[in-house]
Amino acid sequence: MIQLVFYVFSAVLVASAAMVISARNPVHSVLFLILGFFNAAGLFLVAGAEFLAMILVIVYVGAVAVLFLFVVMMLDIDFTKMREGLQRYAPFGAAVGCILFAELVMAGLHWVTSPVMPAPVTGGLGEPGGPMTNTAALGTLIYTHYILLFQLCGLILLVAMIGAITLTLREKPTGRRQIITRQHERMRADTLEMLDLPLGNGTNSNGGFLRPPGSYYDTAVPGSYGIPSSDSQVSETGKGEPE
Amino acid sequence: MNSAIAQIGLGPFLTVSAALLVLGVFGIFLNRKNIIIIMMSMELILLSANLNFVAFSGALGDLSGQVMVLFTLTIAAAEAAIGLAILTVYFRNRGSIQVEDVATMKG
Repeated sequence: MIQLVFYVFSAVLVASAAMVISARNPVHSVLFLILGFFNAAGLFLVAGAEFLAMILVIVYVGAVAVLFLFVVMMLDIDFTKMREGLQRYAPFGAAVGCILFAELVMAGLHWVTSPVMPAPVTGGLGEPGGPMTNTAALGTLIYTHYILLFQLCGLILLVAMIGAITLTLREKPTGRRQIITRQHERMRADTLEMLDLPLGNGTNSNGGFLRPPGSYYDTAVPGSYGIPSSDSQVSETGKGEPE
Repeated sequence: MNSAIAQIGLGPFLTVSAALLVLGVFGIFLNRKNIIIIMMSMELILLSANLNFVAFSGALGDLSGQVMVLFTLTIAAAEAAIGLAILTVYFRNRGSIQVEDVATMKG
């Protein structure tokens, strides 16, 4: 029974991997990749790695493959032009693939296992029917024996996240950013001005603001708040904060 | 040894993994112009490595293989995110993702 499950999963996995590299439409490629990941998760389950199977579905299908899908669909790419040269490269690629497979088969045929089996580092943790489930055993290992590697993984993910954000972030010219040094250098005299206003008139005659013009000319949209829209006057009175 | 792997044997797992590896390498050659498919082929190669790790982990009764798979998954996810970000920026600047054009970025 378990053999049947294994062969079904592996057949679908290999077939979908073949479709990933040969599909005409990249969207179909991504969808076949998702199918392949699901079947790989099935193979992981057969091999007894339950936690990793779930992680594979969550991380690969839920994050990586969907990221691929977004990129394929968002970029407006002429995919037919990319199919050019397929026939030219196919024989070369097939030759390399055949050589690689032959080498792997040769390595598999001349496989010699050591008669002395090294004791497993982790002792029979996570064996089916053992004292722990697979997930608990993995957690026990990760948080004790592999704690430094685990922290390093978190660091790599952080670096990758920051890198991806900084790569794709676009500065908008109209964006209002916080300039911390300017906030710290702000003095009371720069920002606050006491005016004697006639009773009932409000601040309309002063542009609707009770702040000195220099403190808001840089950030406000020209033409609003009584700021003249001509550029010369703005640069004259504004403090001009270079970024 | 895991009972399921004892019934199936290690060989079929390694064969499937080898087939995945070969398909991934073949995919890189086949889709030389489409960098998105090349990245998907890289994911396939990483998946075959993971399958090997899991199969040996089950066969040897040693859980460290599965821990390594966990780390590989992390690295693969980070690599895919960075690669796709670079691809997006490149497409934004050049309007195409032709792999041959990337050679013009050299110095």
